[in-house]
Amino acid sequence: MTAIEVPRSPARPARKRGVNWEKWGWIYMRASGVVLLVLIFGHLYVNLLEGEGVKAIDFGFVGGKWADPFWQWWDVLMLWLALIHGANGMRTIVNDYTSPGTLQKVLKGALFASAAVLIVLGTLVVFTFDPCPAGAPADLLPSFCPAV
Amino acid sequence: MTPATLEAQPTDAAIQSFTVTFLIRRFDPDVDTEPRWQDFDVEMYATDRVLDALHKIKWEQDGSLTFRRSCAHGICGSDAMRINGRNRLACKTLIKDLDISKPIYVEAIKGLPLEKDLVVDMEPFFASYREVQPFLIANSQPEPGKERIQSIAKREIFDDTTKCILCAACTSSCPVFWTDGQYFGPAAIVNAHRFIFDSRDDAASVRLDILNDKEGVWRCRTTFNCTDACPRGIEVTKAIAEVKQAIMRGKP
Repeated sequence: MTAIEVPRSPARPARKRGVNWEKWGWIYMRASGVVLLVLIFGHLYVNLLEGEGVKAIDFGFVGGKWADPFWQWWDVLMLWLALIHGANGMRTIVNDYTSPGTLQKVLKGALFASAAVLIVLGTLVVFTFDPCPAGAPADLLPSFCPAV
Repeated sequence: MTPATLEAQPTDAAIQSFTVTFLIRRFDPDVDTEPRWQDFDVEMYATDRVLDALHKIKWEQDGSLTFRRSCAHGICGSDAMRINGRNRLACKTLIKDLDISKPIYVEAIKGLPLEKDLVVDMEPFFASYREVQPFLIANSQPEPGKERIQSIAKREIFDDTTKCILCAACTSSCPVFWTDGQYFGPAAIVNAHRFIFDSRDDAASVRLDILNDKEGVWRCRTTFNCTDACPRGIEVTKAIAEVKQAIMRGKP
């Protein structure tokens, strides 16, 4: 009995070695989605329901939260996961609704740039936020700052 | 219902016919530059199918109407078309299941090149089907004179995806396939699933590699259009999800 040869070699070349971004992108969406559920609902609960509720939110409330490294990391994690999750989701929509070409490249470039700028700015703000900057005129400072 | 009341029913007066309006998307490449809608009025019984209406139109009203059909009993998969905006087999869609107070829209399936009227070029569809190597690849030799043995439980795993008739109703209902013809499409993945999860087949990893491609299973957005469209009731989206899981595990 002779073995029958494989009828044809695949029409498209085998995927080249290396990281499969499409696969990891898909896994990222699932994983970050689950983590974001906890982060966002935790964020909403602490800001809107706990204690005095929504009335408590003011400049001092945000300043107080970002004085605590726990909330700094919470918010930075939320920022990174949500922006990458959103930008990747928009990328799949661009893939679905435009055909490959210049327009698609421009749209994806714009998505990448806006996500990158927001992530960098947001991270910078969360970690360098100082409600009472030294040398600022006293009438611009919130009331809880120690008098210089 | 008792036999007595059954007998009391009038046998002939009960069969009532209706005039049903069909709006059919016509395209003749020799004459038309753009497809156009044409309406036909057809006398139909509630138990007739959309395919019967197409036959009546072709045989009695306009012989130039072009469509594919072969067995006319939902097995050959030739007459998939978009009926009232949903992909259906014309031979399995009964008039009584449609709202005949409004015209019934019939057009060719989307995402494949339109050739004439309800006929599309199926070649891109079959090309991606061929790419997943939809045939048994076994390295082992069965015992002389015996078949390869498979338990009922192991057959059950891929039973659903053996039902595919390659009608293209699922692939041509997929929004990702509409915009990007490079995507393998649900039907090719279903037929890969049928061999990936077959315990007698030894080339699962080859097929998983093919479907791990940029245009492979990761483009699926789980919109469930394919599951809705399948005339055989295959849970297509579930099969695609199982292939995704298998790729992440690295084995079926």
